[in-house]
Amino acid sequence: MTVETTKIAEQKDSQEVMLRVENLKKYFPIRRGVFQRHVGDVKAVDGVSFDVYKGETLGLVGESGCGKTTTGRTIIRLYEPTGGRVDFMGTDMSSLKGETLRQMRQKMQMIFQDPYASLNPRMSVLRIVGEPLEVFHLANRQERQERVAELLELVGLNPEMMRRYPHEFSGGQRQRIGLARALALNPDLVVCDEPITALDVSIQAQVVNLLEDLQDRLGLTYIFIAHDLSMVRHISDRVAVMYLGKIMELTDRDTLYSNPLHPYTQALLSAIPVPDPVIEEQRQRIILEGDLPSPAHPPTGCNFNTRCSRAQDICFEEEPEFVEVSPGHYCACHLVKPSL
Amino acid sequence: MYDHKAKPVSEHLLEVKNLTTRFYTEDGIVHAVNGISYTLDEGDTLGVVGESGCGKSVHALSIMRLIPQPPGKIEKGEVFFKGQDLLKLSEDEMRHVRGAKIAMVFQDPMTSLNPVLTIGFQIMEALKLHQGMDDMQARERTAELLDLVGIPEAAQRVDDYPHQFSGGMRQRAMIAMALSCNPSILIADEPTTALDVTIQAQIIELVRRLQHQLGMTVIWITHDLGVIAGLAHRVNVMYAGRIIEAGPVKDIYGNPRHPYTGGLLGSLPHPDDPPGTTLFSIPGEPPDLLGEQVGCPFAPRCTYKVERCLHEIPPLEELEPGHIVACWEKDKVRKV
Repeated sequence: MTVETTKIAEQKDSQEVMLRVENLKKYFPIRRGVFQRHVGDVKAVDGVSFDVYKGETLGLVGESGCGKTTTGRTIIRLYEPTGGRVDFMGTDMSSLKGETLRQMRQKMQMIFQDPYASLNPRMSVLRIVGEPLEVFHLANRQERQERVAELLELVGLNPEMMRRYPHEFSGGQRQRIGLARALALNPDLVVCDEPITALDVSIQAQVVNLLEDLQDRLGLTYIFIAHDLSMVRHISDRVAVMYLGKIMELTDRDTLYSNPLHPYTQALLSAIPVPDPVIEEQRQRIILEGDLPSPAHPPTGCNFNTRCSRAQDICFEEEPEFVEVSPGHYCACHLVKPSL
Repeated sequence: MYDHKAKPVSEHLLEVKNLTTRFYTEDGIVHAVNGISYTLDEGDTLGVVGESGCGKSVHALSIMRLIPQPPGKIEKGEVFFKGQDLLKLSEDEMRHVRGAKIAMVFQDPMTSLNPVLTIGFQIMEALKLHQGMDDMQARERTAELLDLVGIPEAAQRVDDYPHQFSGGMRQRAMIAMALSCNPSILIADEPTTALDVTIQAQIIELVRRLQHQLGMTVIWITHDLGVIAGLAHRVNVMYAGRIIEAGPVKDIYGNPRHPYTGGLLGSLPHPDDPPGTTLFSIPGEPPDLLGEQVGCPFAPRCTYKVERCLHEIPPLEELEPGHIVACWEKDKVRKV
């Protein structure tokens, strides 16, 4: 092993695994006819495995329908997993039930994509942000009000606004309210599901800076789900690329962007428009043909074979394994040989 | 006899002069577009960038005269297309311009296609109306158009319904429809915003190819500064219903002189940023457009603001040939 790789290995050992996802599956049944016969499954998440270290940000990227949101929701048990294990700080989340599950939920929270749909329009900010405290009987009325004021201040809103209703706020402010609510119970893990997609460009940077600032101050761990690869690169420590319910490649952000191994990652990176006309002029893009196949009928063999320009016979027959090709760099492709 | 009418009022393909559009709503008057002027020549690709509510779409709809009236009203201005003021045409005459001379592609391909009619029928409709083709000719031309925009087995797919097409294919079909009558100008209003990045790359590549093949003139409206960088020759940056900076694409990106343009570019993550870099962010929120504007609309968020900005609207002034900026402090503004 070279000095470089030893360093990475050491680094990895020293990091505490907060969340371990093993072979997680979530199928949605397709039912037809009068008797609602089960005729097939939409394999939204089809066997994904990864670790999330304490204090890091794991980016989860992919196109719409690749299963990134379903993965996030299944991890925090908003969906019942079809198979697999989710170990969160030593507890198997996927088998928890009832009160134990409810108590565990305090530790993991979610921020949603659409700040216009995720806040109840009939509730004041005080009630929205204070509701988690109420649900877990953690504070009386007076304490709740104080805590909400503190939380609003934390996310950069004026505490005096707590009597207002969601419609009085702009998109960026609403996303801050959603964040305050998610932080109310001092969670360890926050799943951010496309938190900036619905916001204007000039507001996106504000929210991303806030997320990073809070991570530093509160020691939060993030799973950051997005399709905007340039923002994911900015915020993440490691990035997992999903395609049709599976993870195609996972590594630290610099390696992923400088040395992508999977043909899908390469195409995805080359599709991001660069805001620089000089670079754009010289760039050679890899243009993927066709569309994402339906997750109800994924291709046999490698999921990506219908759009891959380098597909061989084996890619249509066998599904590639998700293996560690170099320390900390995982990839699922027949054409990428491990260099370990 | 000297034919007064034949004399071109403008030598440009399109000249927009002092276009002003307002909406009279219950809450008050929304000043959506506040006196914008620019010209467009044949073969140009103009990028119009700005955030939601900056008037970029309303300006395009005003050119096409598709503003719902009431509550909307085009208050002032002229839109010369090949020397003819579109705002003075009768509704009947305008119908011969829309689709035939200036065509538009919208953001969401699912809501702009009629779900109960076949793709072919919807494209053929325009061909029969504007070009007087019969069914056979129109059908043949439709297949050609679908083929041009890269739909595989186009001849068979003419009879498909919109739901049988994927999002990217629907947007291709919309472009085919827009191209059906060989328009002089194609206005694309956020055509790739609803699409995935890999599909967006396909559509951009398609438009680039069509620019070369057909020498098409394009107005591309978007909030994505990345998309414009690779497509446009010139860029108009809009804020609060005004053009605040405009110029050749390389000047706008390389030497932005309005604090807003600079801020927008600065707020995008850069690949070479070391981990933990704080993004530049423009403080505050875009203004609402109710009420008359006094002073520079960007002043409340601007770090360069001086007293004068609060009560005098800065005029657009030329810095270098073709590069215009509306800012009192433009000589002090530096790239972030």
